[in-house]
Amino acid sequence: MTDSTVTPVAAANAVDQSLLYPSPYKEFWHAFSRNKGAVAGLAFMCLIVLCALFAPWVAPHNPSEQYRDFLLTPPVWLDGGTWRFVLGTDELGRDLLSRLIQGARLSLLIGLSSVVLSLIPGVLMGLLAGFFPRLLGPSIMRLMDVMLALPSLLLAVAIVAILGPGLINTVIAIAIVSLPSYVRLTRAAVIGELDRDYVTAARLAGASLPRLMFVTVLPNCMAPLIVQATLSFSSAILDAAALGFLGLGVQPPTPEWGTMLASARDYIERAWWVVSLPGLTILLSVLAINLMGDGLRDALDPKLKNAA
Amino acid sequence: MLSFIARRLGLLIPTFFGITLLTFALIRLIPGDPVEVMMGERRLDPELHAQAMERLGLNKPLPAQYLDYIGKLAQGDLGESLRSRESVWSEFTTLFPATVELAFAALLFAGIVGLLAGVIAALKRGSLFDHGVMGISLAGYSMPIFWWGLILIMFFSVSLGWTPVSGRNGVLFDVEPVTGFMLIDTLLSGEDGAFLDAVQHLILPAIVLGTIPLAVIARMTRSSMLEVLREDYIRTARAKGLSPARVVFIHGLRNALIPVLTVFGLQIGALLAGAVLTETIFSWPGIGKWLIEAIGARDYPVVQNGILLIACLVILVNFVVDILYGLANPRIRHQR
Amino acid sequence: MPLLQINNLNVRFGDASAVPVVDGLDLSVDAGEILAIVGESGSGKSVTMMALMGLIDAPGRISADAMTFNGLDMLSLSRRQRRKVVGKDIAMIFQDPMTALNPSYTVGYQIEEVLHQHLGLKGRAARQRALELLQKVEIPAAESRLDAYPHQLSGGMSQRVAIAMAIAGEPRLLIADEPTTALDVTIQAQIMELLVNLQQAHDMALILITHDLAVVAETARKVCVMYAGQAVELGQVPTLFEHPAHPYSEALLAAIPEHSLGAERLATLPGIVPGRYDRPQGCLLSPRCPYVQDHCRAQRPALEAQAHSLVRCFYPLNQEVA
Repeated sequence: MTDSTVTPVAAANAVDQSLLYPSPYKEFWHAFSRNKGAVAGLAFMCLIVLCALFAPWVAPHNPSEQYRDFLLTPPVWLDGGTWRFVLGTDELGRDLLSRLIQGARLSLLIGLSSVVLSLIPGVLMGLLAGFFPRLLGPSIMRLMDVMLALPSLLLAVAIVAILGPGLINTVIAIAIVSLPSYVRLTRAAVIGELDRDYVTAARLAGASLPRLMFVTVLPNCMAPLIVQATLSFSSAILDAAALGFLGLGVQPPTPEWGTMLASARDYIERAWWVVSLPGLTILLSVLAINLMGDGLRDALDPKLKNAA
Repeated sequence: MLSFIARRLGLLIPTFFGITLLTFALIRLIPGDPVEVMMGERRLDPELHAQAMERLGLNKPLPAQYLDYIGKLAQGDLGESLRSRESVWSEFTTLFPATVELAFAALLFAGIVGLLAGVIAALKRGSLFDHGVMGISLAGYSMPIFWWGLILIMFFSVSLGWTPVSGRNGVLFDVEPVTGFMLIDTLLSGEDGAFLDAVQHLILPAIVLGTIPLAVIARMTRSSMLEVLREDYIRTARAKGLSPARVVFIHGLRNALIPVLTVFGLQIGALLAGAVLTETIFSWPGIGKWLIEAIGARDYPVVQNGILLIACLVILVNFVVDILYGLANPRIRHQR
Repeated sequence: MPLLQINNLNVRFGDASAVPVVDGLDLSVDAGEILAIVGESGSGKSVTMMALMGLIDAPGRISADAMTFNGLDMLSLSRRQRRKVVGKDIAMIFQDPMTALNPSYTVGYQIEEVLHQHLGLKGRAARQRALELLQKVEIPAAESRLDAYPHQLSGGMSQRVAIAMAIAGEPRLLIADEPTTALDVTIQAQIMELLVNLQQAHDMALILITHDLAVVAETARKVCVMYAGQAVELGQVPTLFEHPAHPYSEALLAAIPEHSLGAERLATLPGIVPGRYDRPQGCLLSPRCPYVQDHCRAQRPALEAQAHSLVRCFYPLNQEVA
């Protein structure tokens, strides 16, 4: 009996507390979820990620199995379509849906690994350039200027021209290409933070340089970096597909989205689905990530709202 | 203003040498034996191999090789194509106008439509038009343009038959390449319909190449315009009794253009990258297609110095944009 | 007939249920007269003037029984007709001169723009007139300043340019919205002196929005004290300063250092101006008023003539007549 009288009061107190001091995650989610586009993007990406993770179980067919009796079968809702191949088949009779699902794996893999591969050295170089503005800053920034002088896709093309086409080289090329934006962003954020009093305080307290860099300053530069990582994830997917389309990326018969488009070009007059569907998948994934990125930017760093 | 230009020019020099280092390294980083890779032959006759090493200057130490490279560049010697035996420079200059024509048409399209859409969206903030512009531009920004090109070809060329599928002009017309710009050459040739034909060839590639810049410019114009319209000097302009058009365009847009112009400049670099894809889709005989074909054929002199030329082009364009930026913004012009 | 007559002006942001930012304001200014409007931030001083200038945008809504200027009904004018008056016969200068000028155009261009718009002057004639205006606002080396950009000018200089722009159309009424607040103290006096000199030389009416009561005492003839969107006291200058009838006027005066010599601390009024959700039912000052009675909390007083001034208070102070 006493329990039932006490609990509502305690509950009310708990609610009050959480309203007064919402956890950072809750506060972030509140800001993020107000942006409907961002939530839709997140939902779509969750779907893609699930498909990619469970590709062997989700895909109705083996993506490289060729059904010779079903070359260029249209999707199910068109004349001649069959439920066996929901999105139709390509010129070799392979199931398009299965190939797209398999392709999601590749695109996410390329995106994720190239972001990691460029984020870590990029942030390190940015920190160094920010902490040593006389010694290392100018040379690092000059190098980045040179890299920025070439548009990203062209630089990636140049790198692949040296290394040769392939999955790993695509990742390396894209990672190198997106390096400058991390370096510049980190350096700008670090220089902004170094003037703040809390950094001076940490210095006076005798914090070592690595501690200053990674514990004191870096966490305060995270917001723009997270946003940039999202955006470069989407441009990695786009660039990988472009390289694949140019025949410089992942090589056929691997079902990469851009590579699929390249081989589908010849069927533009006969089988629109072979051309449309891979590209539509790329567009929707990139759009979803960009929507998420916009939401993240607004939620994490309102100052950046008008930056792009 | 002159000192402003001189300062910016000074910044270009280290960047230029950085790029020569990059293109120099390009050839040396090719895995395997460079001569065999370039000749496309395995187990070359050792004597021929040595000759090739000698001819390409690959037997000297690296710093000497780099100095050789710079020296040749200074003399305007960009090497010759392994395929056609023509000089890289003359191939570049032959194909370059086609790319410029395409890029110019794309920027014109993106600039006019993007600015208009951005300004109207900002003035009618929160309206259906505004949401439409924002939605479409976000989609445009995320567009894989190689796919977008195929879709437009499928629709306008294959289904409707309105525009040609590829190339710069029809086989029916024999146009003398005077300037290299098809629109101008067809006018000069005086052939009936040649100009219209060239325009028809240009339209789809220009739209495809202009899509991403269009999206970026529209979004940037809108946000920049919204910011400027809140400024005190807009209130001052209205308090002067000026017409709304004058307030929006003379006082608002002029200031809103400054950040848009920077973005516009950055887009020109991206445009050249987009040109590689667009030219490949539409078989447009420009430098983008040239470069990709050279990579496919392992024509390394073309790859090396083609990239160098394009990089220089991008730096140059960014330099010009910087100067324009200074002209548009008195605060920058008078700095220091 | 006064030059400017405003009766029962209401400005709301939102629909009719929104709390008015300006609430039943009456105001009149004669030709060649200086009226000061005082009150703390958010009391509706600037919004009133913006309404007169036609600078209130949606969702802002204006309603008034009358708003006549120089015999013109400002409420019934079309936008186009209003633009012929605004910037010419009524001109306004703003608080922060550093942001009030367009950074992309020269000083000369921005002045000539007014001359072209309202007087049809072009080319050499406009430039000559702009030069005269810069000289009139006492800018040294006026000739070279014509081609200067706003970022090359100091704050005081920018405000002089803004004044030159405002008097370019030879206005009958000049509105100065806290013209010296953003300036250095030494410059403030110069700008005020310039404004008063120009007002006398051109026989303009001047509405001076300020919270500097010392300035009011030196320059204005009439003063209107505003609180939470309402005029709470309207009177002549020396009288109102000597016999403030509204508790809020008294509090404002008590907060001037010169008036409270010897006091340990400057007098303050506890609390803040009521916002959208805590507007009292009775007198708007009642939650903060040291003399508050039960009657004040229940009913809202009207602006009525008292011994020395028009006062919105049930229990006006200092009513003894000397």
